[in-house]
Amino acid sequence: MTSRPRNPSLVLIAFILTLVVLFATLFTGQQVAQGTKGIWQLLTGDASQYQSIVVWQWRASRALGALIIGAGLGVSGAVFQSLVRNPLGSPDITGFNVGAFTGVLLSIAWFGNLYWMSVLGAILGGLCAALLVYLFAYREGHSGFRLIIVGIAISATLTAFNQWLSLSVSLETAMTAALWSAGSLNGMTWSKVLPAAILLILLMLIALAMNSRMKLLEMGDDTAAALGVSVNKSRLALMFVGVSLTAVATAITGPIAFISLAAPQIARRLENNASISLTASALVGAMLLLAADFLAQHAWQGITLPVGLVTISLGGLYLVYLIVREGRL
Amino acid sequence: MNSNSPSLLAAESVTLSYDQTVIAKNLSVQIPPEKFSVIVGPNGCGKSTLLRAMSRLLVPESGKVLLNGRNIHEQTTKDVAKQLGLLPQSAIAPDGIKVMDLVSRGRFPHQKWFQPWREEDQDAVDKAMAATHITDFAHQHVDQLSGGQRQRVWVAMALAQQTPVLLLDEPTTYLDIAHQIELLDLFQDLNQKNGHTMVAVLHDLNHACRYADNLIAMKDGHVVATGKPSDIVTEDLIESVFGLPCLIIEDPISGTPLVIPKGRQG
Repeated sequence: MTSRPRNPSLVLIAFILTLVVLFATLFTGQQVAQGTKGIWQLLTGDASQYQSIVVWQWRASRALGALIIGAGLGVSGAVFQSLVRNPLGSPDITGFNVGAFTGVLLSIAWFGNLYWMSVLGAILGGLCAALLVYLFAYREGHSGFRLIIVGIAISATLTAFNQWLSLSVSLETAMTAALWSAGSLNGMTWSKVLPAAILLILLMLIALAMNSRMKLLEMGDDTAAALGVSVNKSRLALMFVGVSLTAVATAITGPIAFISLAAPQIARRLENNASISLTASALVGAMLLLAADFLAQHAWQGITLPVGLVTISLGGLYLVYLIVREGRL
Repeated sequence: MNSNSPSLLAAESVTLSYDQTVIAKNLSVQIPPEKFSVIVGPNGCGKSTLLRAMSRLLVPESGKVLLNGRNIHEQTTKDVAKQLGLLPQSAIAPDGIKVMDLVSRGRFPHQKWFQPWREEDQDAVDKAMAATHITDFAHQHVDQLSGGQRQRVWVAMALAQQTPVLLLDEPTTYLDIAHQIELLDLFQDLNQKNGHTMVAVLHDLNHACRYADNLIAMKDGHVVATGKPSDIVTEDLIESVFGLPCLIIEDPISGTPLVIPKGRQG
Protein backbone atom coordinates (compact mmCIF):
# COMPACT_ATOMS: atom_id res chain seq x y z
CA MET A 1 0.00 0.00 0.00
CA THR A 2 2.54 2.59 1.03
CA SER A 3 5.20 0.61 -0.76
CA ARG A 4 6.33 1.49 -4.18
CA PRO A 5 7.99 -0.58 -6.87
CA ARG A 6 11.67 -1.22 -6.35
CA ASN A 7 14.41 -3.12 -8.06
CA PRO A 8 13.16 -6.69 -8.25
CA SER A 9 16.20 -8.33 -9.88
CA LEU A 10 17.55 -10.36 -6.94
CA VAL A 11 14.11 -11.51 -5.91
CA LEU A 12 13.56 -12.52 -9.51
CA ILE A 13 16.73 -14.62 -9.36
CA ALA A 14 15.42 -16.27 -6.20
CA PHE A 15 12.20 -17.00 -8.04
CA ILE A 16 14.03 -18.56 -10.99
CA LEU A 17 16.18 -20.61 -8.60
CA THR A 18 13.01 -21.87 -6.96
CA LEU A 19 11.71 -23.02 -10.33
CA VAL A 20 15.01 -24.79 -11.07
CA VAL A 21 14.92 -26.64 -7.74
CA LEU A 22 11.28 -27.48 -8.31
CA PHE A 23 12.14 -28.92 -11.70
CA ALA A 24 15.01 -30.92 -10.18
CA THR A 25 12.80 -32.18 -7.36
CA LEU A 26 10.18 -33.38 -9.77
CA PHE A 27 12.32 -34.96 -12.45
CA THR A 28 15.57 -36.25 -10.95
CA GLY A 29 15.80 -39.66 -9.40
CA GLN A 30 16.25 -43.25 -10.36
CA GLN A 31 14.23 -44.85 -13.08
CA VAL A 32 12.02 -41.84 -13.59
CA ALA A 33 12.04 -39.48 -16.54
CA GLN A 34 14.96 -40.53 -18.71
CA GLY A 35 16.27 -37.45 -20.47
CA THR A 36 14.33 -34.57 -21.93
CA LYS A 37 12.07 -36.94 -23.80
CA GLY A 38 10.97 -38.59 -20.58
CA ILE A 39 10.31 -35.24 -18.96
CA TRP A 40 8.32 -34.12 -22.00
CA GLN A 41 6.25 -37.28 -21.81
CA LEU A 42 5.55 -36.62 -18.15
CA LEU A 43 4.52 -33.03 -18.79
CA THR A 44 2.19 -33.97 -21.62
CA GLY A 45 0.79 -36.99 -19.80
CA ASP A 46 2.19 -39.57 -22.23
CA ALA A 47 4.39 -41.27 -19.65
CA SER A 48 3.67 -44.67 -18.17
CA GLN A 49 1.26 -44.85 -15.29
CA TYR A 50 3.95 -45.76 -12.81
CA GLN A 51 6.06 -42.77 -13.77
CA SER A 52 3.07 -40.43 -13.64
CA ILE A 53 2.15 -41.60 -10.17
CA VAL A 54 5.67 -41.17 -8.87
CA VAL A 55 6.02 -37.69 -10.29
CA TRP A 56 2.55 -36.21 -10.07
CA GLN A 57 1.15 -37.98 -7.02
CA TRP A 58 4.19 -38.37 -4.81
CA ARG A 59 6.78 -35.85 -5.82
CA ALA A 60 4.51 -33.00 -6.88
CA SER A 61 2.47 -33.08 -3.68
CA ARG A 62 5.64 -33.16 -1.65
CA ALA A 63 7.16 -30.30 -3.63
CA LEU A 64 4.02 -28.20 -3.36
CA GLY A 65 3.88 -28.96 0.34
CA ALA A 66 7.48 -27.82 0.71
CA LEU A 67 6.81 -24.63 -1.23
CA ILE A 68 3.71 -23.59 0.67
CA ILE A 69 4.90 -24.65 4.10
CA GLY A 70 8.21 -22.90 3.46
CA ALA A 71 6.36 -19.77 2.39
CA GLY A 72 4.15 -19.94 5.49
CA LEU A 73 7.14 -20.34 7.78
CA GLY A 74 8.88 -17.45 6.03
CA VAL A 75 5.87 -15.17 6.49
CA SER A 76 5.44 -16.28 10.10
CA GLY A 77 9.08 -15.43 10.79
CA ALA A 78 8.74 -12.09 9.03
CA VAL A 79 5.70 -11.16 11.11
CA PHE A 80 7.38 -11.97 14.43
CA GLN A 81 10.75 -10.47 13.56
CA SER A 82 8.90 -7.30 12.68
CA LEU A 83 6.77 -7.31 15.85
CA VAL A 84 9.74 -8.00 18.10
CA ARG A 85 12.03 -5.76 16.01
CA ASN A 86 14.79 -8.33 16.23
CA PRO A 87 15.96 -11.02 13.78
CA LEU A 88 16.04 -13.50 16.66
CA GLY A 89 12.35 -12.95 17.34
CA SER A 90 11.18 -15.68 15.00
CA PRO A 91 8.81 -18.41 16.17
CA ASP A 92 11.36 -21.22 15.92
CA ILE A 93 13.56 -19.43 18.47
CA THR A 94 10.82 -18.31 20.83
CA GLY A 95 9.41 -21.81 20.91
CA PHE A 96 6.02 -21.31 19.28
CA ASN A 97 6.70 -24.27 16.98
CA VAL A 98 7.65 -26.40 19.98
CA GLY A 99 4.40 -25.33 21.62
CA ALA A 100 2.54 -26.27 18.46
CA PHE A 101 4.24 -29.65 18.57
CA THR A 102 3.15 -30.08 22.21
CA GLY A 103 -0.38 -29.47 20.98
CA VAL A 104 0.05 -32.14 18.29
CA LEU A 105 1.39 -34.64 20.83
CA LEU A 106 -1.48 -34.03 23.22
CA SER A 107 -3.98 -34.37 20.42
CA ILE A 108 -2.40 -37.68 19.31
CA ALA A 109 -2.38 -38.92 22.89
CA TRP A 110 -6.01 -38.02 23.49
CA PHE A 111 -7.70 -38.42 20.14
CA GLY A 112 -5.39 -40.65 18.14
CA ASN A 113 -3.80 -39.78 14.83
CA LEU A 114 -6.53 -37.51 13.44
CA TYR A 115 -5.42 -34.93 10.92
CA TRP A 116 -7.70 -32.01 11.79
CA MET A 117 -7.36 -32.61 15.52
CA SER A 118 -3.61 -32.36 15.09
CA VAL A 119 -3.96 -29.08 13.20
CA LEU A 120 -6.27 -27.71 15.87
CA GLY A 121 -3.98 -28.98 18.61
CA ALA A 122 -1.01 -27.34 16.91
CA ILE A 123 -2.74 -23.99 16.66
CA LEU A 124 -3.89 -24.11 20.28
CA GLY A 125 -0.47 -25.28 21.44
CA GLY A 126 1.27 -22.55 19.49
CA LEU A 127 -1.07 -19.89 20.84
CA CYS A 128 -0.61 -21.15 24.41
CA ALA A 129 3.17 -21.03 24.03
CA ALA A 130 2.91 -17.50 22.64
CA LEU A 131 0.64 -16.50 25.52
CA LEU A 132 3.05 -17.97 28.08
CA VAL A 133 6.00 -16.16 26.53
CA TYR A 134 4.14 -12.86 26.49
CA LEU A 135 2.90 -13.22 30.07
CA PHE A 136 6.31 -14.08 31.46
CA ALA A 137 8.07 -11.41 29.46
CA TYR A 138 5.65 -8.65 30.44
CA ARG A 139 7.10 -5.95 32.60
CA GLU A 140 5.50 -2.56 31.95
CA GLY A 141 5.39 -3.31 28.24
CA HIS A 142 7.45 -5.65 26.16
CA SER A 143 11.06 -5.37 25.20
CA GLY A 144 12.04 -7.42 22.19
CA PHE A 145 15.06 -8.96 23.77
CA ARG A 146 13.23 -10.06 26.94
CA LEU A 147 10.64 -11.77 24.76
CA ILE A 148 13.38 -13.72 23.01
CA ILE A 149 15.12 -14.80 26.22
CA VAL A 150 11.83 -15.88 27.81
CA GLY A 151 10.91 -17.58 24.53
CA ILE A 152 14.11 -19.61 24.53
CA ALA A 153 13.43 -20.65 28.13
CA ILE A 154 9.82 -21.65 27.37
CA SER A 155 11.01 -23.46 24.27
CA ALA A 156 13.49 -25.52 26.32
CA THR A 157 10.86 -26.30 28.94
CA LEU A 158 8.37 -27.40 26.32
CA THR A 159 10.97 -29.56 24.58
CA ALA A 160 11.53 -31.38 27.86
CA PHE A 161 7.79 -31.67 28.35
CA ASN A 162 7.42 -33.07 24.83
CA GLN A 163 10.04 -35.72 25.56
CA TRP A 164 8.33 -36.68 28.78
CA LEU A 165 5.04 -36.91 26.88
CA SER A 166 6.57 -39.20 24.24
CA LEU A 167 7.90 -41.45 26.99
CA SER A 168 4.68 -41.69 28.92
CA VAL A 169 2.30 -42.49 26.07
CA SER A 170 1.81 -45.85 24.34
CA LEU A 171 4.56 -47.20 22.12
CA GLU A 172 2.54 -46.71 18.95
CA THR A 173 1.79 -43.08 19.77
CA ALA A 174 5.41 -42.53 20.72
CA MET A 175 6.53 -43.92 17.34
CA THR A 176 4.22 -41.58 15.46
CA ALA A 177 5.41 -38.72 17.61
CA ALA A 178 9.07 -39.58 17.14
CA LEU A 179 8.67 -39.65 13.37
CA TRP A 180 6.92 -36.34 13.58
CA SER A 181 9.38 -34.65 15.87
CA ALA A 182 12.19 -34.72 13.32
CA GLY A 183 10.22 -32.51 10.98
CA SER A 184 9.75 -34.29 7.70
CA LEU A 185 7.94 -34.04 4.42
CA ASN A 186 7.93 -37.81 3.99
CA GLY A 187 4.57 -39.28 3.20
CA MET A 188 3.06 -36.07 1.84
CA THR A 189 -0.02 -36.78 -0.22
CA TRP A 190 -2.37 -34.45 -2.01
CA SER A 191 -5.09 -35.16 0.55
CA LYS A 192 -2.72 -34.08 3.30
CA VAL A 193 -1.21 -31.12 1.51
CA LEU A 194 -4.25 -29.48 -0.04
CA PRO A 195 -6.30 -28.58 3.06
CA ALA A 196 -3.23 -27.25 4.83
CA ALA A 197 -2.21 -25.35 1.71
CA ILE A 198 -5.56 -23.61 1.56
CA LEU A 199 -5.34 -22.69 5.24
CA LEU A 200 -1.77 -21.44 4.89
CA ILE A 201 -2.56 -19.37 1.81
CA LEU A 202 -5.53 -17.81 3.59
CA LEU A 203 -3.38 -16.92 6.59
CA MET A 204 -0.67 -15.50 4.34
CA LEU A 205 -3.23 -13.31 2.58
CA ILE A 206 -4.39 -11.94 5.93
CA ALA A 207 -0.78 -11.20 6.85
CA LEU A 208 -0.32 -9.47 3.51
CA ALA A 209 -3.41 -7.35 4.05
CA MET A 210 -1.94 -6.22 7.37
CA ASN A 211 1.48 -5.52 5.88
CA SER A 212 1.32 -1.74 6.09
CA ARG A 213 0.10 -1.84 9.70
CA MET A 214 2.97 -4.16 10.52
CA LYS A 215 5.47 -1.76 8.99
CA LEU A 216 4.06 1.17 10.95
CA LEU A 217 4.27 -0.81 14.21
CA GLU A 218 8.01 -1.14 13.60
CA MET A 219 8.30 2.60 14.22
CA GLY A 220 7.08 2.33 17.80
CA ASP A 221 3.62 2.09 19.32
CA ASP A 222 3.13 5.84 19.69
CA THR A 223 4.11 6.60 16.13
CA ALA A 224 1.90 3.84 14.77
CA ALA A 225 -1.04 5.02 16.86
CA ALA A 226 -0.47 8.61 15.77
CA LEU A 227 -0.68 7.41 12.17
CA GLY A 228 -4.03 5.75 12.80
CA VAL A 229 -3.10 2.14 13.56
CA SER A 230 -5.07 0.43 16.34
CA VAL A 231 -1.90 -0.77 17.99
CA ASN A 232 -3.16 -3.51 20.30
CA LYS A 233 -5.73 -4.94 17.90
CA SER A 234 -3.29 -5.01 15.00
CA ARG A 235 -0.55 -6.60 17.06
CA LEU A 236 -2.90 -9.27 18.40
CA ALA A 237 -4.17 -10.05 14.91
CA LEU A 238 -0.64 -10.24 13.51
CA MET A 239 0.46 -12.49 16.36
CA PHE A 240 -2.50 -14.76 15.80
CA VAL A 241 -1.71 -15.05 12.10
CA GLY A 242 1.99 -15.59 12.78
CA VAL A 243 1.41 -18.29 15.37
CA SER A 244 -1.23 -20.00 13.23
CA LEU A 245 1.09 -20.13 10.22
CA THR A 246 3.82 -21.82 12.23
CA ALA A 247 1.31 -24.07 13.95
CA VAL A 248 -0.38 -25.30 10.77
CA ALA A 249 3.02 -25.98 9.21
CA THR A 250 4.12 -27.82 12.35
CA ALA A 251 0.94 -29.86 12.39
CA ILE A 252 1.71 -31.38 8.99
CA THR A 253 5.46 -31.69 9.06
CA GLY A 254 6.55 -31.51 12.67
CA PRO A 255 8.85 -28.73 13.82
CA ILE A 256 11.06 -27.41 11.04
CA ALA A 257 13.59 -24.93 12.34
CA PHE A 258 15.60 -22.26 10.54
CA ILE A 259 13.19 -21.35 7.73
CA SER A 260 11.25 -18.71 9.65
CA LEU A 261 14.47 -17.46 11.22
CA ALA A 262 16.47 -17.11 8.04
CA ALA A 263 14.00 -16.45 5.24
CA PRO A 264 13.05 -12.87 6.26
CA GLN A 265 16.68 -11.93 6.83
CA ILE A 266 17.84 -13.37 3.52
CA ALA A 267 14.91 -11.70 1.79
CA ARG A 268 15.83 -8.39 3.36
CA ARG A 269 19.36 -8.61 2.11
CA LEU A 270 18.25 -9.71 -1.35
CA GLU A 271 15.86 -6.81 -1.64
CA ASN A 272 18.27 -4.39 0.01
CA ASN A 273 15.19 -3.07 1.71
CA ALA A 274 14.45 -1.38 4.99
CA SER A 275 11.60 -3.38 6.32
CA ILE A 276 11.05 -7.07 6.25
CA SER A 277 8.97 -7.83 3.18
CA LEU A 278 6.32 -10.49 3.45
CA THR A 279 6.21 -11.54 -0.19
CA ALA A 280 9.98 -11.83 -0.47
CA SER A 281 10.11 -13.74 2.84
CA ALA A 282 7.47 -16.12 1.51
CA LEU A 283 9.42 -16.67 -1.69
CA VAL A 284 12.73 -17.22 0.07
CA GLY A 285 11.07 -19.48 2.66
CA ALA A 286 9.56 -21.58 -0.11
CA MET A 287 12.90 -21.84 -1.88
CA LEU A 288 14.80 -22.72 1.30
CA LEU A 289 12.47 -25.51 2.32
CA LEU A 290 12.26 -26.95 -1.20
CA ALA A 291 16.04 -26.86 -1.50
CA ALA A 292 16.53 -28.34 1.96
CA ASP A 293 14.10 -31.12 1.09
CA PHE A 294 15.94 -31.75 -2.17
CA LEU A 295 19.14 -32.12 -0.15
CA ALA A 296 17.39 -34.35 2.35
CA GLN A 297 16.28 -36.65 -0.44
CA HIS A 298 19.39 -36.73 -2.55
CA ALA A 299 22.39 -35.92 -0.37
CA TRP A 300 22.80 -39.49 0.85
CA GLN A 301 22.41 -42.18 -1.75
CA GLY A 302 19.37 -44.27 -1.03
CA ILE A 303 18.46 -42.62 2.28
CA THR A 304 15.88 -39.89 2.68
CA LEU A 305 16.67 -37.72 5.67
CA PRO A 306 13.98 -35.79 7.51
CA VAL A 307 14.11 -32.25 6.13
CA GLY A 308 14.06 -30.90 9.68
CA LEU A 309 17.49 -32.41 10.18
CA VAL A 310 18.86 -30.52 7.19
CA THR A 311 17.33 -27.20 8.16
CA ILE A 312 18.41 -27.47 11.78
CA SER A 313 22.01 -28.19 10.77
CA LEU A 314 22.10 -25.21 8.43
CA GLY A 315 20.12 -23.13 10.92
CA GLY A 316 22.49 -23.87 13.76
CA LEU A 317 25.34 -22.27 11.86
CA TYR A 318 23.25 -19.27 10.88
CA LEU A 319 22.02 -18.85 14.47
CA VAL A 320 25.56 -18.78 15.82
CA TYR A 321 26.40 -16.09 13.26
CA LEU A 322 23.33 -14.05 14.26
CA ILE A 323 23.99 -14.29 17.99
CA VAL A 324 27.63 -13.33 17.55
CA ARG A 325 26.61 -10.33 15.45
CA GLU A 326 23.82 -9.28 17.83
CA GLY A 327 26.15 -9.64 20.78
CA ARG A 328 28.64 -7.31 19.17
CA LEU A 329 26.08 -4.60 18.51
CA MET B 1 -5.08 23.92 5.06
CA ASN B 2 -8.59 23.80 6.48
CA SER B 3 -8.27 27.41 7.58
CA ASN B 4 -11.99 27.91 7.11
CA SER B 5 -12.87 25.16 9.59
CA PRO B 6 -10.77 25.79 12.68
CA SER B 7 -10.23 22.65 14.61
CA LEU B 8 -10.87 22.61 18.29
CA LEU B 9 -8.82 20.63 20.72
CA ALA B 10 -9.52 20.76 24.42
CA ALA B 11 -9.11 18.69 27.54
CA GLU B 12 -12.08 18.93 29.90
CA SER B 13 -11.31 18.21 33.55
CA VAL B 14 -9.26 15.13 32.74
CA THR B 15 -7.60 12.97 35.36
CA LEU B 16 -4.52 11.32 33.95
CA SER B 17 -2.44 8.58 35.47
CA TYR B 18 0.33 6.15 34.64
CA ASP B 19 0.44 2.82 36.47
CA GLN B 20 -1.96 4.03 39.16
CA THR B 21 0.11 7.13 39.84
CA VAL B 22 -2.07 10.16 39.25
CA ILE B 23 -0.16 12.69 37.17
CA ALA B 24 -2.89 15.28 36.74
CA LYS B 25 -6.28 15.78 38.35
CA ASN B 26 -9.17 17.76 36.92
CA LEU B 27 -6.98 19.33 34.30
CA SER B 28 -8.65 21.54 31.71
CA VAL B 29 -6.81 23.00 28.75
CA GLN B 30 -8.07 24.80 25.65
CA ILE B 31 -5.91 24.82 22.53
CA PRO B 32 -6.67 27.95 20.49
CA PRO B 33 -7.15 27.15 16.80
CA GLU B 34 -4.49 28.14 14.26
CA LYS B 35 -2.14 29.30 16.97
CA PHE B 36 1.24 28.01 18.06
CA SER B 37 0.79 26.84 21.64
CA VAL B 38 3.75 25.81 23.74
CA ILE B 39 3.52 23.83 26.97
CA VAL B 40 6.30 24.41 29.50
CA GLY B 41 6.90 23.19 33.01
CA PRO B 42 9.41 21.32 35.16
CA ASN B 43 10.18 17.63 34.59
CA GLY B 44 7.32 15.42 35.70
CA CYS B 45 4.72 18.19 35.69
CA GLY B 46 2.55 16.20 33.30
CA LYS B 47 3.09 18.13 30.08
CA SER B 48 3.99 15.10 27.96
CA THR B 49 1.20 13.14 29.64
CA LEU B 50 -1.23 15.87 28.66
CA LEU B 51 0.03 15.71 25.09
CA ARG B 52 -0.44 11.93 25.07
CA ALA B 53 -3.99 12.32 26.33
CA MET B 54 -4.75 14.96 23.72
CA SER B 55 -3.44 12.67 20.98
CA ARG B 56 -5.52 9.67 22.09
CA LEU B 57 -2.47 7.69 23.25
CA LEU B 58 -3.58 7.78 26.87
CA VAL B 59 -7.12 7.21 28.11
CA PRO B 60 -8.06 9.65 30.88
CA GLU B 61 -9.45 8.09 34.06
CA SER B 62 -12.17 10.70 34.05
CA GLY B 63 -13.07 13.75 32.00
CA LYS B 64 -12.67 13.86 28.26
CA VAL B 65 -10.59 15.21 25.44
CA LEU B 66 -12.58 16.92 22.70
CA LEU B 67 -11.37 17.03 19.13
CA ASN B 68 -13.67 19.03 16.86
CA GLY B 69 -16.34 18.89 19.51
CA ARG B 70 -16.36 15.10 19.84
CA ASN B 71 -14.80 12.92 22.48
CA ILE B 72 -11.48 11.78 21.01
CA HIS B 73 -11.86 8.31 22.52
CA GLU B 74 -15.18 7.80 20.79
CA GLN B 75 -13.53 8.35 17.41
CA THR B 76 -11.50 5.66 15.65
CA THR B 77 -7.71 5.86 15.62
CA LYS B 78 -7.80 6.43 11.89
CA ASP B 79 -10.34 9.25 12.11
CA VAL B 80 -8.25 10.96 14.75
CA ALA B 81 -5.15 10.51 12.59
CA LYS B 82 -6.85 12.47 9.82
CA GLN B 83 -7.44 15.44 12.11
CA LEU B 84 -4.43 15.37 14.36
CA GLY B 85 -0.78 14.57 13.72
CA LEU B 86 1.75 13.79 16.41
CA LEU B 87 5.51 13.81 16.50
CA PRO B 88 6.26 11.43 19.38
CA GLN B 89 9.53 11.33 21.28
CA SER B 90 9.95 7.64 20.78
CA ALA B 91 9.78 7.26 17.00
CA ILE B 92 12.05 4.53 15.65
CA ALA B 93 13.27 4.76 12.07
CA PRO B 94 13.44 1.26 10.58
CA ASP B 95 16.98 0.24 9.58
CA GLY B 96 17.96 1.48 6.18
CA ILE B 97 14.66 3.17 5.31
CA LYS B 98 14.84 5.95 2.76
CA VAL B 99 13.58 9.45 3.44
CA MET B 100 10.72 9.38 0.97
CA ASP B 101 9.55 5.98 2.17
CA LEU B 102 9.40 7.20 5.75
CA VAL B 103 7.52 10.35 4.79
CA SER B 104 5.12 8.23 2.69
CA ARG B 105 4.08 6.35 5.79
CA GLY B 106 2.31 9.51 6.93
CA ARG B 107 -0.29 8.76 4.27
CA PHE B 108 -1.56 5.68 6.07
CA PRO B 109 -4.69 7.25 7.63
CA HIS B 110 -5.84 8.36 4.17
CA GLN B 111 -5.52 4.95 2.59
CA LYS B 112 -8.06 2.18 2.52
CA TRP B 113 -7.42 -1.56 2.50
CA PHE B 114 -5.70 -2.60 -0.76
CA GLN B 115 -5.82 0.90 -2.16
CA PRO B 116 -2.91 1.63 -4.49
CA TRP B 117 -0.65 4.63 -4.07
CA ARG B 118 -2.50 7.62 -5.55
CA GLU B 119 -1.35 10.85 -7.13
CA GLU B 120 -2.71 12.86 -4.21
CA ASP B 121 -0.64 10.73 -1.83
CA GLN B 122 2.54 11.48 -3.76
CA ASP B 123 1.51 15.12 -3.93
CA ALA B 124 1.12 15.32 -0.15
CA VAL B 125 4.50 13.63 0.33
CA ASP B 126 6.22 15.99 -2.12
CA LYS B 127 4.68 19.04 -0.44
CA ALA B 128 5.65 17.82 3.03
CA MET B 129 9.24 17.26 1.90
CA ALA B 130 9.38 20.66 0.24
CA ALA B 131 8.00 22.42 3.33
CA THR B 132 10.63 20.79 5.52
CA HIS B 133 13.43 21.33 2.98
CA ILE B 134 14.34 17.67 2.67
CA THR B 135 13.48 17.15 -1.01
CA ASP B 136 17.18 17.05 -1.90
CA PHE B 137 17.78 13.91 0.13
CA ALA B 138 14.51 12.17 -0.63
CA HIS B 139 16.38 9.07 -1.80
CA GLN B 140 18.98 8.95 0.95
CA HIS B 141 18.84 6.62 3.93
CA VAL B 142 17.43 8.20 7.06
CA ASP B 143 20.26 6.87 9.24
CA GLN B 144 22.80 8.76 7.15
CA LEU B 145 21.27 12.14 7.97
CA SER B 146 22.24 14.53 10.75
CA GLY B 147 20.04 14.81 13.83
CA GLY B 148 18.45 18.02 12.60
CA GLN B 149 17.71 16.63 9.16
CA ARG B 150 16.30 13.44 10.66
CA GLN B 151 13.95 15.40 12.88
CA ARG B 152 12.75 17.32 9.81
CA VAL B 153 12.01 13.97 8.13
CA TRP B 154 9.76 13.02 11.05
CA VAL B 155 8.06 16.39 10.84
CA ALA B 156 7.55 15.79 7.12
CA MET B 157 5.93 12.44 7.87
CA ALA B 158 3.49 14.14 10.24
CA LEU B 159 2.86 16.84 7.61
CA ALA B 160 2.12 14.25 4.93
CA GLN B 161 -0.76 13.25 7.18
CA GLN B 162 -2.29 16.63 6.24
CA THR B 163 -3.91 17.24 9.56
CA PRO B 164 -5.03 20.67 10.72
CA VAL B 165 -3.61 20.01 14.19
CA LEU B 166 -0.01 19.05 14.88
CA LEU B 167 1.29 18.00 18.31
CA LEU B 168 5.04 17.95 18.95
CA ASP B 169 6.51 16.21 21.98
CA GLU B 170 9.86 17.86 22.80
CA PRO B 171 10.79 18.15 19.14
CA THR B 172 14.06 20.01 19.76
CA THR B 173 15.58 17.64 22.31
CA TYR B 174 19.05 16.35 21.35
CA LEU B 175 19.47 18.96 18.64
CA ASP B 176 22.17 21.61 18.67
CA ILE B 177 21.11 25.24 19.02
CA ALA B 178 21.24 26.01 15.30
CA HIS B 179 19.05 23.03 14.45
CA GLN B 180 16.68 23.91 17.28
CA ILE B 181 16.12 27.40 15.90
CA GLU B 182 15.84 26.06 12.34
CA LEU B 183 13.14 23.62 13.43
CA LEU B 184 11.23 26.20 15.47
CA ASP B 185 11.30 28.60 12.52
CA LEU B 186 9.88 25.78 10.42
CA PHE B 187 7.06 25.24 12.92
CA GLN B 188 6.33 28.96 12.95
CA ASP B 189 6.18 28.97 9.14
CA LEU B 190 3.84 26.02 9.10
CA ASN B 191 1.63 27.72 11.62
CA GLN B 192 1.61 31.13 9.94
CA LYS B 193 1.55 30.08 6.28
CA ASN B 194 -0.58 26.96 6.43
CA GLY B 195 -2.68 27.78 9.44
CA HIS B 196 -1.74 24.59 11.31
CA THR B 197 -2.76 24.53 14.93
CA MET B 198 0.47 23.62 16.67
CA VAL B 199 1.04 22.38 20.20
CA ALA B 200 4.61 21.74 21.29
CA VAL B 201 6.19 20.68 24.55
CA LEU B 202 9.45 22.61 24.89
CA HIS B 203 12.10 22.71 27.58
CA ASP B 204 13.76 25.97 26.66
CA LEU B 205 11.76 28.84 28.17
CA ASN B 206 13.28 31.44 25.92
CA HIS B 207 12.41 29.48 22.81
CA ALA B 208 8.90 29.04 24.19
CA CYS B 209 8.55 32.77 24.85
CA ARG B 210 9.84 33.70 21.42
CA TYR B 211 7.79 31.29 19.32
CA ALA B 212 4.57 30.72 21.26
CA ASP B 213 1.40 32.63 20.51
CA ASN B 214 -0.04 30.93 23.52
CA LEU B 215 2.04 29.71 26.44
CA ILE B 216 0.73 27.07 28.82
CA ALA B 217 2.74 26.86 32.04
CA MET B 218 2.21 23.70 34.06
CA LYS B 219 3.24 22.52 37.48
CA ASP B 220 2.26 19.35 39.37
CA GLY B 221 -0.46 18.50 36.88
CA HIS B 222 -2.07 21.92 36.98
CA VAL B 223 -2.06 24.78 34.53
CA VAL B 224 -0.56 27.69 36.45
CA ALA B 225 -0.87 30.31 33.74
CA THR B 226 -1.89 30.51 30.13
CA GLY B 227 -1.78 33.28 27.57
CA LYS B 228 0.56 35.35 25.43
CA PRO B 229 4.12 35.03 26.78
CA SER B 230 4.52 38.80 27.11
CA ASP B 231 1.31 38.90 29.18
CA ILE B 232 2.02 36.09 31.57
CA VAL B 233 5.77 35.53 31.92
CA THR B 234 6.96 37.31 35.06
CA GLU B 235 9.76 36.68 37.52
CA ASP B 236 7.17 35.48 40.03
CA LEU B 237 5.64 32.99 37.59
CA ILE B 238 8.99 31.43 36.68
CA GLU B 239 9.97 31.27 40.35
CA SER B 240 6.69 29.59 41.32
CA VAL B 241 6.67 27.11 38.40
CA PHE B 242 10.36 26.17 38.23
CA GLY B 243 11.55 27.35 41.67
CA LEU B 244 14.12 29.38 39.79
CA PRO B 245 14.94 32.93 40.79
CA CYS B 246 15.40 34.90 37.59
CA LEU B 247 15.37 38.21 35.85
CA ILE B 248 13.11 38.95 32.90
CA ILE B 249 14.35 41.30 30.20
CA GLU B 250 13.10 42.02 26.73
CA ASP B 251 14.48 39.83 23.95
CA PRO B 252 16.35 42.36 21.79
CA ILE B 253 15.39 40.49 18.60
CA SER B 254 11.76 39.58 19.10
CA GLY B 255 10.68 41.82 21.93
CA THR B 256 9.37 38.81 23.85
CA PRO B 257 10.32 38.04 27.46
CA LEU B 258 13.82 36.67 27.95
CA VAL B 259 14.41 34.67 31.11
CA ILE B 260 17.81 35.12 32.71
CA PRO B 261 18.38 32.65 35.57
CA LYS B 262 20.06 34.18 38.62
CA GLY B 263 21.72 30.98 39.75
CA ARG B 264 24.37 31.18 42.47
CA GLN B 265 25.93 34.40 41.20
CA GLY B 266 22.68 36.34 41.47
